[in-house]
Amino acid sequence: MLNVRNLAVSFQTRRGQVDAVRGISFDLAKGEILGIVGESGSGKSVTSYALMRILDAGGVIRAGEASYSGTDLRRASERNMRDIRGREISMIFQNPRAALNPIRKVGHQIEDVLRQHGRATRQDARTKAIAALEAVRIKDAAARYDAYPFELSGGMCQRIVCAIALACDPKLLIADEPTTGLDITTQKAVMDLVRDLIRDRGMSSILITHDLGLAAQYCDRIMVMKDGQIVEQGDPVQIFSDPQHAYSRKLVDATPREGESIRSLLPPEERKALIPHKVHPRPLLEVTDLVKTYQGKSGPVHAVRGISFRIDQGQSVGLVGESGCGKSTTSEILVRLLDPTSGTILFDGQDIAGIPAQRFVKDPRRADIQMVFQDATDSLNPRHSARQTIAEPLRRLGGMGGSALAARIEELAALVGLPLPLLDRFPHQLSGGQKARVGIARAVALNPRFLILDEPTAALDVSIQAVVLNLLVDLRAKLGLSYLFVSHDLHVVRLLCDHVLVMKDGAIVEEGPAHRVMSEPTHPYTRELLAAAPKPPARRIAAA
Amino acid sequence: MLRTHPRLRAVLLRCAQAIPVVVGVVVISFVLTRALPGDPAVYFAGVMADEASIQETRVAMGLDKPLPQQFLIYVGELMRGDLGQSLTSGRAVATDLANRLPASLELTLTALLLACAIAIPLGVLAATRPGTWVDHLCRVIVTAGVSLPTFFTGIVLIYVFYYLLGIAPSPLGRLDFIYLEPEHVTGFYLIDAAIAGDWETWWGAAKQLILPAGTLALFTLAPVARMTRAAMLTALSSDFIRTARAAGLSRSRVLYGYAFRNALLPVVTTLGMVFSFALGANVLVEKVFAWPGIGSYAVEALVVSDYAAVQGFVLAMALLFVLLNLVIDLLYTAIDPRIGFDSK
Repeated sequence: MLNVRNLAVSFQTRRGQVDAVRGISFDLAKGEILGIVGESGSGKSVTSYALMRILDAGGVIRAGEASYSGTDLRRASERNMRDIRGREISMIFQNPRAALNPIRKVGHQIEDVLRQHGRATRQDARTKAIAALEAVRIKDAAARYDAYPFELSGGMCQRIVCAIALACDPKLLIADEPTTGLDITTQKAVMDLVRDLIRDRGMSSILITHDLGLAAQYCDRIMVMKDGQIVEQGDPVQIFSDPQHAYSRKLVDATPREGESIRSLLPPEERKALIPHKVHPRPLLEVTDLVKTYQGKSGPVHAVRGISFRIDQGQSVGLVGESGCGKSTTSEILVRLLDPTSGTILFDGQDIAGIPAQRFVKDPRRADIQMVFQDATDSLNPRHSARQTIAEPLRRLGGMGGSALAARIEELAALVGLPLPLLDRFPHQLSGGQKARVGIARAVALNPRFLILDEPTAALDVSIQAVVLNLLVDLRAKLGLSYLFVSHDLHVVRLLCDHVLVMKDGAIVEEGPAHRVMSEPTHPYTRELLAAAPKPPARRIAAA
Repeated sequence: MLRTHPRLRAVLLRCAQAIPVVVGVVVISFVLTRALPGDPAVYFAGVMADEASIQETRVAMGLDKPLPQQFLIYVGELMRGDLGQSLTSGRAVATDLANRLPASLELTLTALLLACAIAIPLGVLAATRPGTWVDHLCRVIVTAGVSLPTFFTGIVLIYVFYYLLGIAPSPLGRLDFIYLEPEHVTGFYLIDAAIAGDWETWWGAAKQLILPAGTLALFTLAPVARMTRAAMLTALSSDFIRTARAAGLSRSRVLYGYAFRNALLPVVTTLGMVFSFALGANVLVEKVFAWPGIGSYAVEALVVSDYAAVQGFVLAMALLFVLLNLVIDLLYTAIDPRIGFDSK
């Protein structure tokens, strides 16, 4: 159905030509779901844009052939391509809210596509658009027709994007990271929906993702891409159990899954012996009846509804939940950037909840409680070099200066594995993993005792995530840190944490030792979360 | 009703917010004119006046009373629509403004329409073809527009079109003396002449208008074109444009239905700002073209400390700005459905 031969795409940039895709070939049969897996910059999205001929300015198909049911996609006229897009091949994208026109009713956006391809007239467009909404299982479709994207949840927006893509019954659906940024239960709902629709309509599909586990679960065949080339392709079970290429092996290793240890995320040659961390059964942090209520326009919003928990010295506690469950509010209160409505936070036996967040910066315990932020890029000042970023807390709170400061910065860089020459670079000159290291170095600069990690690896590629998680484990053992690890990824939490708190709607619904909660969840919500997580096939040959 | 229509409520709320602004404007315009240097009593008593006659003038003008009392009198008169007498023209300030404000508005609005008609398509074209000759042309026009002062372009235009080519009529006011003023309905000659069906006069007024409006348009065109280009570039690189393209929508639909409507918000903001500084820049253009507008009136009144006239001018302009901001905010609500829900 789709044949691609030696496709090469390059971009003209100010620094010359950049080859994004370097001669890839593959076929897609009717009814097949093909997964293209790769990390950022591997050229997987560019491949799909090239097939649709919607490359950004400066991008050209330099060589190769691509044909769809006999149509030459590379040479077809723009008018023909317009008929193919949406009617024969259509796409769904990541970040569904941004993928919809923010100021146009979703129903009208569906109508636009229907009428463009002559599937509806002015008279019956509304009915057909509502039918398209019902096809993607949107409840109360007639009411949703008049909604704007900002009034809908992320999962709902992705269904709308699906409705637009499927409105004209295309034969091929390209899904470009369709669930990145969505909650894990929403991810499952959207992926199940997409799979069912594809099966029911006998469509083919290409699923582009960075998540090998997700691809393995939903695809018939997987293609692993790196630097614009296909390094391996085959059956998902086979790729997982016996990856041939070194890169796919690395990728498989780095994908967190059941029954693995944190070190096994790394390639075998980098697996150093794990230094065990010591947990003292003395409480470092005791939270009692913590409540945070915001005054909303339509009455009070209960972000956190009286939660209590305890973190022992040296212990790592995972805080798991979906967006809106109150986990970010909780971490912001604990790091004392936000004042709770009521409740106590005993840190080392003393209440710190009573100190207003604005004055906590002057408190001697400010240095003891630090935070690593979710987005390594956004949490670094773009005008500060890595050295200045790390120096900031040392200078402001530690009162250091001169050669002592310089020595401490280099010591920290060595500790987090940041090469010294990179210290004078600015954030935009650093890779994602390097930025994460800078963020961690800044957080541990003052020898804190308690570190809050707010999804520190959410924006990172899996192989980088593996390295950063291992770094965190090593730091914990070396510095005797206690962690509160906030995450939505249960596999990651299991690898890193001793104890798990599961949060839903501002309350803790389940807590217990990590291995117990993961293997024998008692609360239905925990079970739902675990069931929704993609389950990659196990590796048959477990590496040492 | 209001609870169920959050947008209607937002609109009404926005209108209500204009009221305290108007009150503030009245206070400030009063205080500001009193703070001006110079004693109007001395000026109006004449060159030959002695102490006694100056004092007499002062009492006659009500300037001997304490400021709060003067203010109360002023507000009371304002309520009755009385803006006082202009001491220079000898007519009621309200009449003067009613005569001159339409002249300024006609000039400014025509200039803005002209500027939009050129700048918006130019900006859109430049954004869709970055790096091509259209883009460069846009840049040249924009740079020229901002860097040439209005009095200079005005004089150059007069020199070329009136003196050298002889196409334009003499730059003296709104209408050549061979035409009769159209009957006063709105005060906008073009509209009044059209209502009267007097196309000869309409054409005469249009000919007088084109050079000053062109001068002002050249000046206001630059920010509008730049903003259109930038906003279109941002909109075109958005994710939803890619979705629209991937769905096979036609180029014009993507460009105008999707990108342009999203780019409109910053353009409308810029238009509001441009309109306000165009009203200010008017003074020079009015002087060059002997245009009987509100700007030249204010300058003349200011020179002789004509309190009532200056106060009336400041008040009229301020009210105009309040109205303008209101219109722009309401336009936002019309363009962007997100507004009205976010506002507190």
